[in-house]
Amino acid sequence: MTPRQKRFTWIVAGVGLVSAAVGLVLFALQNNVSLYFTPTQVYNKEAPQGKNFRIGGLVEVGSVQRERDGLTVHFNITDTVRTMPVIYKGILPDLFKEGKGVVALGKTDATDLFHAEEVLAKHDENYMPPEALDAIKKAEESKAASAVPVSKPVTQ
Amino acid sequence: MAINWFKYSAPSTFYGLAGKLIPFFAWPAAVLFAIGLYIGFFVAPTDAIQSEAYRIIFIHVPASILSMFIYLIMAGYAALGLIFKTRLSSMMATALAPTGALFALISLWTGALWGKPMWGAWWVWDARLTSELILLFLYLGFIALHASIEDPRRADKASALLAIIGSVNVPIIYFSVKWWNTLHQGSSIKFSGTTMHVAMQQAMFTILVACWLYVIAMGLARVRSIILEREANTQWVKELQEAK
Repeated sequence: MTPRQKRFTWIVAGVGLVSAAVGLVLFALQNNVSLYFTPTQVYNKEAPQGKNFRIGGLVEVGSVQRERDGLTVHFNITDTVRTMPVIYKGILPDLFKEGKGVVALGKTDATDLFHAEEVLAKHDENYMPPEALDAIKKAEESKAASAVPVSKPVTQ
Repeated sequence: MAINWFKYSAPSTFYGLAGKLIPFFAWPAAVLFAIGLYIGFFVAPTDAIQSEAYRIIFIHVPASILSMFIYLIMAGYAALGLIFKTRLSSMMATALAPTGALFALISLWTGALWGKPMWGAWWVWDARLTSELILLFLYLGFIALHASIEDPRRADKASALLAIIGSVNVPIIYFSVKWWNTLHQGSSIKFSGTTMHVAMQQAMFTILVACWLYVIAMGLARVRSIILEREANTQWVKELQEAK
């Protein structure tokens, strides 16, 4: 091998080894690298007990309830398999909506209620103007309407 | 007609070529920036959920893409310099580092500005954000390491190793949103298509191209200064009119 090829081989081998090392470390720390646990993981007791952790998923549609004081909120976080009831007192971010992504920091109590100290909204990768969102909603409604055989009564 | 490409791998000839090339990248960059910002602010519609705050992506996404891309190119030049012992390759790597660091900083900064109103937090230690922060530190480390070694040839070698090893971080940044649960959303632009409105895409791509051209123009301008600095004792620099 010429010195040039030798240097090339060293670099390739070095990058390969470092990649392997980093890969193994990240694989071993998989749960620590992930920002949050899903409700299924919490249900399977993979989340830390009695300590703060983050739980993430979608806000279950129809689950958001505000108490009289206007600050305390109850809602469910779901990954469509398991749901986790959450209680939170504080100001919610603007993007917090039913059916949208959310990440909450806190811990579970004995009754498996999650007491959140911080609630963050998770945005998805879809960017569209309001008209497009309306169009999608309308399309979904008409789909749902056509799926139901009974037509709406005419109220005019 | 055969062009001798190796002719331009000599700093003395590349110096002149780079000088001639700069306007061809700098002017289109300025024009495309203007067009991209115009589309971004006046043509692209508001977002249904985030309203106006989403417009930060027009600079955030190009800056993030380029911060990763520049690093790979920098590491590539560093590797070429290490393998072929070409002085110009190492100089190019050194010339690209500050621009890469700038884009990494812009990416983090604009991301924080967007994160506060949208997520509810300036910063979270999720995999995407943390690995991008590491990228910024790698750039700064590269610049610092290169500056701390007196002999430029040894500085090239040491910092090239750092750049090459650090390139392992780039795929981690890119795939972090797929591999782990992160607060940061997935990519809106994928090889399979985009999940964005057309005018929003146009603004983003125009600014991406503008940033790209800016990077090339800045790289060439900076490499010219580096060539002058390093070759200060050579005959051709002493004969150079503009260096006097």
